[in-house]
Amino acid sequence: MLGKTAGGLYWMFRFLERAENTARLIEAGFRIALTRSNDAESEWKSVIITSAAQQAFEARHDKYSSGNVVNFLLRDPENPSSVLSVTKSARDNARLVRTALTTEVWAAVNETWMVLTDTLKKPIPETELPAVLATIRQQSALVRGALVGTMLRNDIFDFCRLGTFVERIDSTARIIDVKYYALLPSPSFVGSRMDNVQWETILRSVSAHRSFRWAVEDDFTAPAIADFLILDDRMPRSLSHCAGQLVKNLGHLAKDYGEAKLSHELADRMNARLKDRDIGSIFDEGLHEFVGSILRENAAIGMQIETDYRFNN
Amino acid sequence: MNNEFEHFDEMLGATGARPPYTGYDAWFSAQDRGRLAKKAAEAEAFFRRTGITFNVYGQSDAEERLIPFDLVPRIVSSNEWARLSRGIEQRVRAINAFLYDIYNRQEILKAGIVPIELIAKNAAFLPQMMDFNPPGGVYTHIVGTDIVRTGENDFYVLEDNARTPSGVSYMLENRETMLQMFPELFSKIKVKPVSDYPKSLRRSLEASAPSTCDGRPCVAVLTPGIHNSAYFEHSFLADQMGVELVEGHDLRVIDGHIAMRTTRGYRRIDVLYRRVDDDFLDPMTFNPSSMLGVPGIMDVYRAGNITIANAPGTGVADDKAIYSYMPDIVEFYTGERAILKNVETHRCSEPDALKYVLENLADLVVKEVHGSGGYGMLVGPAASKKEIAAFAAKLKANPGNYIAQPTLSLSTVPIFTKKGLAPRHVDLRPFALVSPSGVNITPGGLTRVALKAGSLVVNSSQGGGTKDTWILED
Repeated sequence: MLGKTAGGLYWMFRFLERAENTARLIEAGFRIALTRSNDAESEWKSVIITSAAQQAFEARHDKYSSGNVVNFLLRDPENPSSVLSVTKSARDNARLVRTALTTEVWAAVNETWMVLTDTLKKPIPETELPAVLATIRQQSALVRGALVGTMLRNDIFDFCRLGTFVERIDSTARIIDVKYYALLPSPSFVGSRMDNVQWETILRSVSAHRSFRWAVEDDFTAPAIADFLILDDRMPRSLSHCAGQLVKNLGHLAKDYGEAKLSHELADRMNARLKDRDIGSIFDEGLHEFVGSILRENAAIGMQIETDYRFNN
Repeated sequence: MNNEFEHFDEMLGATGARPPYTGYDAWFSAQDRGRLAKKAAEAEAFFRRTGITFNVYGQSDAEERLIPFDLVPRIVSSNEWARLSRGIEQRVRAINAFLYDIYNRQEILKAGIVPIELIAKNAAFLPQMMDFNPPGGVYTHIVGTDIVRTGENDFYVLEDNARTPSGVSYMLENRETMLQMFPELFSKIKVKPVSDYPKSLRRSLEASAPSTCDGRPCVAVLTPGIHNSAYFEHSFLADQMGVELVEGHDLRVIDGHIAMRTTRGYRRIDVLYRRVDDDFLDPMTFNPSSMLGVPGIMDVYRAGNITIANAPGTGVADDKAIYSYMPDIVEFYTGERAILKNVETHRCSEPDALKYVLENLADLVVKEVHGSGGYGMLVGPAASKKEIAAFAAKLKANPGNYIAQPTLSLSTVPIFTKKGLAPRHVDLRPFALVSPSGVNITPGGLTRVALKAGSLVVNSSQGGGTKDTWILED
């Protein structure tokens, strides 16, 4: 496979994952805006910070209003991470690697681009927002379904999955990074109104507010939620689950190519830090520091994959 | 503009459907119009979803457009096709012989049949190709011959596309679409399949590999990238052949060979089907600012370590000034009369011809010698007085840049419209593959159709559409 093709597949799935994650973040922010309008502005600000877009946003808007934030994150062509922009980038990458994709995957990405370009043509009124966010999630699911259902399990598939999980680790870690204070075990706040709202929002940002109740017997407590997001392998957006998937897909590549690369070593190391430990030890290490270091390691793994598999040169 | 009924219609003669169309005509008459209209809309949605699009140059948003597809097929009998394909093969062989001669002994120039200035002053002539024999002796691995028809037995070659002809993906996709939309038609009417083209193309390219290549040759398609107007076709052909689609920055010269950067390291390429123009192929030899090519590829080529298809410098055989000499060229190399006719062509570089052309602009079609895609041409009968005057000025300023031809009364084939069938002008581009083992012409081709009533311009960049082209079994 061409190095460029591997890069195109990897980035195509990073961008698709980003579109989906942004839709989830907006959904959680919108919930706050609807139910607790006093907290709306600060919540929208933290959504923007989670998207790593504070500077770009403030260069264009003075106020963290629903309209501004939603517009910026969904359809601003000047924002390279808006859903509109990343959908186009994903589709451009798909065109680049079209020979590596099944017709179904290509058609799903192309359709996603057509549907979302049309949906996001005009500003989204509040009444339409839930439907628009649902469309984004559905289109994502369509592409993922086509990928899982039709692609050969070879190196092409591995590079797609690597893109998905590097992006997803980044997204989940950012969500925790921005709200880590709400997840600290602090007896004085337990059960307070503020904590409950924040916890629910965090879980909604990874679409896990229901699955948490099913999966975790504990009540809503900060450590239980942190454990769920960081260490629970059953949770498809947890850091541990995603790191395990990275290691698994890199393992396929090592077997296929007969050689393990530096990126494999880095991923093994990150994965080891997330396995066989309890959340208490992470609090001891410092939750904020821990998540920060995972963000940096994950970024380094992403760059090392690009080098190891000659995406660019 | 000319009256519609003056034109030869390939489907409907004075006494009903012409023989190749009788089966289709019977089927069509029994169809519900509403159902057909629905099918047409489905076909368009299918093209959009699968991204069968082209990019239009010179448009600000540079977005992709669909080439409109018409659901009435263009049908050619097996006898008509036999003659056409014999004529194309003869021409293609002559073109290859001509190119070999031009880049070696130049007998045809010495014999005074083609004037030497036409070659010496031709920008498509590449001195780097002199005294070099490309692998297998093949220059034009892929040729698309543009053919028009004016009557029952009158076929003319309008253009020989010997550089990088495009459109074959539409030949294949149009057939797939027809098979999906109207499967029942193909059980009633026996149409020769076109689906072998990608396999034949790969085989033909492999057969043209350098003689030093051992094992199965590695073939790749070189594209300028996703913003090129024909990118869809490039990726389609690579995919259908099962070979890599590369860009210049994926390639480099390693140990005297061209190699592509893969996830496992660099891998050698033996045959490069390039869809990048000569000028951009090698910044060390041609346009130094080109980012689309491979620095040093011409050295590798001249060392005999890669096949470039089509060979650099083939453009010298297909410009519109050389075209006017094609009947002589065919006769010179094959010893036979040309089977397919040439359109009478006035070379504006010649004073008498220029005078005639200027006096008759309103009746002529004037084209740039190196033009393509229907850009920069004048269709006299469809032009206003003002347009003609403006064109005359351009022509006088640089006569050698133009040729003129009579406005042909192109045949029509009906298209499906809301109001029923309506005749529209068509042309035909069959595709010939050339390798050391022979010439292979896929029975079919790309039929382009002018969608505006009376229009003679069929180019997709100018609003033309396409039709599936059926060559009937005996």
